[in-house]
Amino acid sequence: MDPSNDWKFTRREVLKMGAVSATALAVPGLVAATAAKDGIRSPVTAKVALEVNGRAQELDLDTRTTLLDALREHMHLTGTKKGCDHGQCGACTVIVDGRRINSCLTLAVMHEGAKVTTIEGLGTPARLHPMQAAFIKHDGYQCGYCTPGQICSAVAVLDEIRDDIPSHVTGDLTAKARINPIELRERMSGNICRCGAYSNIQEAIAEVAGVKA
Amino acid sequence: MKPFTYERATTPAAAASAAARVPGAKFIAGGTNLLDLMKIGVEEPAHLIDVNGLDLDTIEPTDEGGLRLGAMVRNTDLAADARIRRDYPLLSRALLAGASGQLRNKATTGGNLLQRTRCPYFYDTNQACNKRLPGSGCAAIGGFSRQHAIVGASKSCIAVHPSDMAVAMRALDATVETVRPDGSTRRIPIADFHTLPGNTPHIENVLAPGELITAVTLPRPVGGTQLYHKVRDRASYAFALVSVAMIVQPDGSGRVALGGVAHKPWRVEAAETEFPKGAKAVATRLLAGAQPTEGNAFKVTLVERTIAASLAEAKEAKA
Amino acid sequence: MKFDTPATTNPIDRLKVVGQPVDRIDGPFKTTGTAHYAYEQHEAVPHHAYGYVVGSSIAKGRIVSIDLTRAQRAPGVLAIVTAKTAGKLDKGKFNTARLLGGPEIEHYHQAVAVVVAETFEQARAAAQLVRVDYARSPGKFDLAAAKDSARKPDRGKSDTAVGDFAAGFAASAVKLDAMYTTPDHSHAMMEPHASIAAWEGDKLTLWTANQMIDWGRGDVAITLGIPKENVRLISPYIGGGFGGKLFVRSDALLAALGARAAKRPVAVALPRPFMINNTTHRPATIQRIRIGASKDGKIQAIGHESWSGDLPGGDPETAVQQTRLLYAGANRMTATRLAVLDLPEGNAMRAPGEASGLMALEIAIDEMAEKLGMDPVEFRILNDTQVDPEKPDRPFSQRRLVECLRTGAKRFGWEHRATRPATRRDGRWLVGMGMAAAFRNNLVMKSGARVRLDRNGRVTVETDMTDIGTGSYTIIAQTAAEMMGLPLDRIDVRLGDSTFPVSSGSGGQWGGNSSTAGVYAACVKLREAIAQKLGLDPNAANFEDGKVAVGQRSVPITQAAAAGDVVAEDSMEYGDLGKRYQQSTFGAHFVEARVDAATGEIRVDRMLAVCAAGRILNPKSARSQVIGAMTMGVGAALMEELVVDRRLGFFVNHDLAGYEVPVHADIPHQDVVFLDETDPMSSPMKAKGVGELGICGVAAAVANAVYNATGVRVRDYPVTLDKFIDTLPPVA
Repeated sequence: MDPSNDWKFTRREVLKMGAVSATALAVPGLVAATAAKDGIRSPVTAKVALEVNGRAQELDLDTRTTLLDALREHMHLTGTKKGCDHGQCGACTVIVDGRRINSCLTLAVMHEGAKVTTIEGLGTPARLHPMQAAFIKHDGYQCGYCTPGQICSAVAVLDEIRDDIPSHVTGDLTAKARINPIELRERMSGNICRCGAYSNIQEAIAEVAGVKA
Repeated sequence: MKPFTYERATTPAAAASAAARVPGAKFIAGGTNLLDLMKIGVEEPAHLIDVNGLDLDTIEPTDEGGLRLGAMVRNTDLAADARIRRDYPLLSRALLAGASGQLRNKATTGGNLLQRTRCPYFYDTNQACNKRLPGSGCAAIGGFSRQHAIVGASKSCIAVHPSDMAVAMRALDATVETVRPDGSTRRIPIADFHTLPGNTPHIENVLAPGELITAVTLPRPVGGTQLYHKVRDRASYAFALVSVAMIVQPDGSGRVALGGVAHKPWRVEAAETEFPKGAKAVATRLLAGAQPTEGNAFKVTLVERTIAASLAEAKEAKA
Repeated sequence: MKFDTPATTNPIDRLKVVGQPVDRIDGPFKTTGTAHYAYEQHEAVPHHAYGYVVGSSIAKGRIVSIDLTRAQRAPGVLAIVTAKTAGKLDKGKFNTARLLGGPEIEHYHQAVAVVVAETFEQARAAAQLVRVDYARSPGKFDLAAAKDSARKPDRGKSDTAVGDFAAGFAASAVKLDAMYTTPDHSHAMMEPHASIAAWEGDKLTLWTANQMIDWGRGDVAITLGIPKENVRLISPYIGGGFGGKLFVRSDALLAALGARAAKRPVAVALPRPFMINNTTHRPATIQRIRIGASKDGKIQAIGHESWSGDLPGGDPETAVQQTRLLYAGANRMTATRLAVLDLPEGNAMRAPGEASGLMALEIAIDEMAEKLGMDPVEFRILNDTQVDPEKPDRPFSQRRLVECLRTGAKRFGWEHRATRPATRRDGRWLVGMGMAAAFRNNLVMKSGARVRLDRNGRVTVETDMTDIGTGSYTIIAQTAAEMMGLPLDRIDVRLGDSTFPVSSGSGGQWGGNSSTAGVYAACVKLREAIAQKLGLDPNAANFEDGKVAVGQRSVPITQAAAAGDVVAEDSMEYGDLGKRYQQSTFGAHFVEARVDAATGEIRVDRMLAVCAAGRILNPKSARSQVIGAMTMGVGAALMEELVVDRRLGFFVNHDLAGYEVPVHADIPHQDVVFLDETDPMSSPMKAKGVGELGICGVAAAVANAVYNATGVRVRDYPVTLDKFIDTLPPVA
């Protein structure tokens, strides 16, 4: 962060500090920003209601809060991990309205009415989801930090294949997507495991999918 | 990240109008690139207009026999669409070669076209970058430039456009549809959409302030063998060193566009007349005037070899 | 307990629990998001504030002035700490550069301030308003350019010589003299460095991601100038370390300073794009290897020189280490040189020394075998040694490298390797096989533990040992279960708290053997205490199936704790067995790779590691350590490189998009074989380290496979297509 680059030129326009428009009121509960004299913008908060792991959550958040930070710092659901905060590692993977996404690259306020499933929503130590149990059986983790993201991703990957979503390694695009080891490896590639548990993770997913790794 | 106000737009025209009216406004769709850049202070919008709720997430046939892809169609859905897989497999292939499953679930058709470069100096606000801060210089020139442009670059900027999807669209002669703040619409051929850096690398496309992409249209299917060959060190989840989008017709004619070599998807129609002569001739025309750096001169060879491999693969597919 | 004579039969040898591939006991927590890492202490530390670090934008120079006025006025800001306002700070024993820079700047992204605010978003925004003016001074950033200025390092052995290398090399019939380079590497563990600090009066509690609790505690105390007793470190789960969390880093110090200034607990995590230049890395090396052999393949002379750089006061990458021990040969030399570089601090990363050294040496051995017209496996076997080649009267405690090589070759189908490179093709792919020897020294460290038997018959183990993904929780529980004759589910393990007995910590692959040996020692004491309580002869008592038995008399173990917990504490210390016997771990890596004949893209198809590393305490978690290390080795071979901007002095690709590490699609199914081995010289556990052995040699095995596929020898890592695409045959 170079403070001398405080002023920036973007593609479309020169930014002017701290203005609000009337249309901002389109979001209920939005508290308008006010411009301080020295150009420091005040935080803006907004209300967002969403469902997390089957439970209704109503939050009043700084608009800058990512879904990831809302989960971790506001709902205290710290199972979803912050590995890079830039969509480069997959540790923050959660399932939103049936699709896996990087929760670090989306704002919480953009998820009004969404249904979010985190690792805590898949299972608990006493009642493990089959994917969680398979990860334990196959030692599909080491430090455990990427693990919740891997598991959420793995659960969603099997759904994606069932939903006939192809991948980079799908041979015939006009045929229905299939589960096989190469497909699973490609599809899981958005979840980095620096401990290098990949080979075991593949065994775990393959077992849940009922195929050979 | 500076504070910003936030609204959910209800119609494309209203979104465009709001964007023009509110200083420092930006649209947010998938957010996968914009939020990334906001966190490190490269982008600092004062107001975000959420366009996810706009009714732009469908794929529909056009009167011309092509398809209109709504700007909010997610990359995953676009790649998985049966019509795209059947009639425009190049586009599916390019989309699926990009990013990760998670990112493709969020990223949109419109947003993908507007991706900003992955130049590491652009991403580091301590470094000189004419794209980020016009007039500050270009730290990539003379620096780490393995990923950078070999054609169409300038003394101001040697960044490349990172999109895979856009490369396929360029080969497919897609058209970008937009709405402007005054409610008027226009159609921009993809060839004219992205710009070269020249001495204004902060300008990356021809959109006017507040102008919103509403759709991308694909002309009637062109058939042929369609291949997207993305070359990278890591097997997945990596940006291209170079990529080749190719369509080869049964008669041996074809089209080719390149990714990872320029500030925009790179296509030189004249080069396509060289198809009968083979990869070297095509590559030579495509990369005429190339000025690679010491760090990326290998891309010239790599482009030619990847074109050759694609031509061979097309031949095999036909046989 | 002192370990100074070779281990004899002990309760661990029963192998009812130890040595079994049991699931990790922390698995149910890690897989459900209920394992709480350093930054996830909402229960213990409710309502903490957030700190965001400001890093230097120059590599070397001075801060001329810092203007905090705008940042201080930013919403939510509670405090800002800079070197000027932090009070007197010392430098920790284990740090080379200061964790809070100013006015002197030693490297890019050195922390210069921490901004504390109510929320993360506010702290981040305010940090961007801190204005720092710097005066740049010229620095040295280019290892190749600084090579000739490199000197003998102050610490460690810079030169070794046995016999007459020059004469031996000159007289050799077949010679190799080649230069190799390895780039700077980043640990890139998935959990960023993160800490939460809370002060109570003058006492500091730090929840922090740290591999070495006691080192960290000491260095926090030194840095802050407070008594060590006033510092508590808690680190129950660590999201990967690989050496990057051996030492206190800026997150911990700045959380402590921020909390003191804000008078509130403060959480600080290093943002990913900031981590790489702010923390440590594995330093780049330039290596020269000379090998001379007779025509029949006997090594006559072997020389290995290595150059690396670090900040003033830093240490070299000891890349020549294994060359002193791995192969026979009468005439030998090594030399280690260190240049001053003003890049971020170089330090330990997984298998420091050997990982880099074998990247070069095991290519050189492959090259030499080819020159000799020998099979690379046979060449290595021919030059095996059972004694320290520098001191022939000093044997290895165990050395089964030959068996690793033979077993691996057989299982992998090595006989199908094309002897002539670039002759195997599968469609568009050139296919090749490569292999390398693996070697990593075994280190032992003093380690303590406290064990407690309660009235429910549960045993709790407490030690400040850490589990960085290695499986410490599980193997410690297995050790206690074996020693006390209890099932695994009756053992509770509590780790990573400086109020527990000091352990070996996790580093240098010593943690598994050393920490369990410490638990062994404590359990021996607990057994004595229990036997005494039960009126049984401690020396004759057999602990099995929840009972303590002497002869016909058998008493439930719970009875000993009927009147209260029975507690014992001890540590394991080591004598000179490590001096009398060379203790090392061995292995062999086999790799099949294919190279796209057109583009030069490289993909790994098959991998096998055969390891001889003493007793394997848990084959499941040990295997994971090895496959993880193999994966990191593939990264080192094919993609990992911190690119230095030699003008500006920083690592340019400082995030996980720029610094590529392997993803799922890069890694095939991996096979690991452990030779059945016990090493009575290492500890009563008879185990040795394995987590670092797994990376040693992997990159060279990949590089050798690429050579076998393409016929092009790349000696500069990573082996990427740009380095050989010009030499590939025309695309058909």
